[in-house]
Amino acid sequence: MAEIHLKDISHAYLPEPKGPEDYALKALDHVWQDGGAYALLGPSGCGKTTLLNIISGLLTPSEGAVKFGKQDVTNLDTAHRNIAQVFQFPVIYDTMTVRQNLAFPLRNRGVSAGDIDARVLEVAALLGITDRLDEKASGLTADAKQIISLGRGLVRQDVNAILFDEPLTVIDPHLKWQLRSKLKALHREFGFTMIYVTHDQTEALTFADKVVVMNDGEVLQIGTPEELFERPIHTFVGYFIGSPGMNFLAAKIVGNQATLAGQSITLATSYADMQNSKIELGIRPEFLSLHAPDHKTDTGISVTVQTVEDLGRHRVVKVDAAGSLITVLVREGEDVPTGDATLVFDPARTLVYRDSRLVEGAS
Amino acid sequence: MQKQTNQKAWFLVLPVFLLVAFSAIIPLMTVVNYSVQDSFGNNEFYWVGTEWFVEILNSERFHSALGRQLMFSGLVLAIEVPLGIFIALSMPKKGWGASVCLVLMALPLLIPWNVVGTIWQIFAREDIGLLGHTLAALGVDYNYTQDALAAWITVVVMDVWHWTSLVVLLCYAGLSSIPDAFYQAAKIDGASRWAVFRYIQLPKMKRVLMIAVLLRFMDSFMIYTEPFVVTGGGPGNATTFLSIDLVKMAIGQFDVGPAAAFSLVYFLIVLLVSWVFYTVVTAQDAEANK
Repeated sequence: MAEIHLKDISHAYLPEPKGPEDYALKALDHVWQDGGAYALLGPSGCGKTTLLNIISGLLTPSEGAVKFGKQDVTNLDTAHRNIAQVFQFPVIYDTMTVRQNLAFPLRNRGVSAGDIDARVLEVAALLGITDRLDEKASGLTADAKQIISLGRGLVRQDVNAILFDEPLTVIDPHLKWQLRSKLKALHREFGFTMIYVTHDQTEALTFADKVVVMNDGEVLQIGTPEELFERPIHTFVGYFIGSPGMNFLAAKIVGNQATLAGQSITLATSYADMQNSKIELGIRPEFLSLHAPDHKTDTGISVTVQTVEDLGRHRVVKVDAAGSLITVLVREGEDVPTGDATLVFDPARTLVYRDSRLVEGAS
Repeated sequence: MQKQTNQKAWFLVLPVFLLVAFSAIIPLMTVVNYSVQDSFGNNEFYWVGTEWFVEILNSERFHSALGRQLMFSGLVLAIEVPLGIFIALSMPKKGWGASVCLVLMALPLLIPWNVVGTIWQIFAREDIGLLGHTLAALGVDYNYTQDALAAWITVVVMDVWHWTSLVVLLCYAGLSSIPDAFYQAAKIDGASRWAVFRYIQLPKMKRVLMIAVLLRFMDSFMIYTEPFVVTGGGPGNATTFLSIDLVKMAIGQFDVGPAAAFSLVYFLIVLLVSWVFYTVVTAQDAEANK
C-alpha cells in the first residue's frame, strides 16, 4: 500500500481540448494519504467518475501523472495497479458460484489453488457470506451481489486502494446503512485507502474522514466534514453541503460594515478591497436566530416571516428581507415570531465571499 | 368481483381462427388426407393406411436425403455460429464504423433466396464465373456440376455467405447490451481476453445465441431454393436435400401419397428437434436463475 499522488492531472474526452470548458476534469494536484477514507462528492456529471477511473487506470489522463508511492503508474494498465473498484451496478460473473467469483481475480493472477481457497474463506468470513459460497452468484439479491463485487477487491491482499463508484445506488435504503457500516468497519480494521464516489452528502459525510467536493470538473474543496460545514471555501460547497444549504446574500462591505437588503450589520472582522466584484455574505441556517421586531442588536436586520416548515427536531423558517429569501433553522422549543421579526447573524459564523470564493478578513 | 361469462367473446377470436384455419390447418389436413390414400388419377382415392409412412421410413432414398440434410445443417451451424460470434466480437462498438458494418452485414439478408442461388451459380462457374474461373486458372480442379465435393463446398459456402450475418447481428445485439462496468471490472480482476469472452460475453450472449442456432437449424434444415438453383440437387443426388427430394417426388414424379407422408415425417422431425432444443434451453435457463 502506498499514498496516491495525482500530479497536475486534467482530462478531456475530446482529442484536442481548446478551452477550459472542454475538460471533464480540470487541473488537480492532490495526494491521497495511505489508509485514508475519502469521499468524492458532487452532482451528477461533475467529473467524479472520471477522476476515479484515472486512479484505477481505466482512463489515462490527458495531462499529468499518477503516482503510487514512488512509482509512476500513469501508463500502467488497470490489472497491474492493484486497485479494486466497486461499480454502481453490481458486476458478478453469472455462470460462477460465489466462491468462484471471489477466486476469479486470484486465479487470473496465477495464485496456487491452496492459497486461493484459504484466502477466499478468509474474505467470505469477513463479509459474512461463508454459508453462501456454493450458491450461484446470478441468483443473489443486488446487495449480496455488491458485497461479492467488494469481496473480489478484498481478496487480493496487495490492493493499493479500493474505489467505490456510487456503490449503494441500487441497494434498498434499509440495507444501505448496513453496507455502509460494514465498509466503515472494514476500513477501521484493515486500513485500506478507500475512495468513495457519491452524490449523496449523507453518505459522503458519514463515510469519509476527508470529503472532496467537485463541481463542473473542478475540485472546489477538500476537507473534513466539519471544515466543509463551517468554512466552505466556495459558495457551491456551502450550498451543496448541509440540509438546508447555506444562505448566500448579496451585500456591500466597507470595513466591518456589511449592507444587505438596505440595512447594515457589523461583521467580526474588517475587509479591504471589496469594490468592483460580486460580494456575498454566507451563513448557515443553523447560525441565524429570530427575535421580536423590537430586539436591539447591531448584527441583525428586520425581516418578515413567510413560511414555517416543521421537521420535528427543528423548524425550517423562510424569511423575506427586501425581496431575498433567507432560510433559518429554529430548534425545537424556541419560538418563531409571526409577521415582522429581527434576524440576528452570528458574526463569528458569517462568512464573506468574493466572486463565489471565501475571503478572510483582517481583524 | 363476480366473474362474468360472455360467450360472445368467441366472435372476437373468429378472424384469427379462420385465418389460421385457411393458412395452416386446412392445407395440413389435405396433406394428412393424401398421406393415407392412393390414387390412380381421375380423382379416385382409396385408403392405404400407414403404408406410405412405412415405405418412406424404410426407403433408402429418404435415409440418404436425411443424412445429407443433417450433414448440411451440422456443417452450416458449425461454421456460421463460431464465425458469427467472431465477426460480432471484432465489429466496432460505436461511431460511424459500427453503422457501416451493420449495413454491410444486413445486405446479404436482404437478397432473395433465388437471387443468391443465381449469384453463386454464375460466380462459381468454371467458364465465366469469377470464382470458378480463378480457381481453374490457379490449377484447382473445381467443377461443381460434376464433382460432388465441389458442389458441397459451393452450397455450404453460399449458405455461410448468406446467413452468417443473421448470427452476427443477433450476437452483436447481445454484446451491446453488456454494460461497460463488466469490462472494467474484468480489467481490474486481471482477466485475460479469453476469460472476458468465456465468463462475460458468452454468458450474456447465450440467449440470443440459442435463438440464432434455432433459427439457423430450422432454416438450413428446410433449405430448398439456393441449392436447387445452383446444383439442382446434383451432381447425381449429391446435394439432394430433403426438400429437393420431396419436390422431386411430389411434382416430378407426382407420387402424391408418398410425398404427403414424406412431408409429414419431415415436418415432425423439424418440430421435434426444435421442441427438444427449446425445452433443453429453457430448462437450463431456469436452472441458472435458481
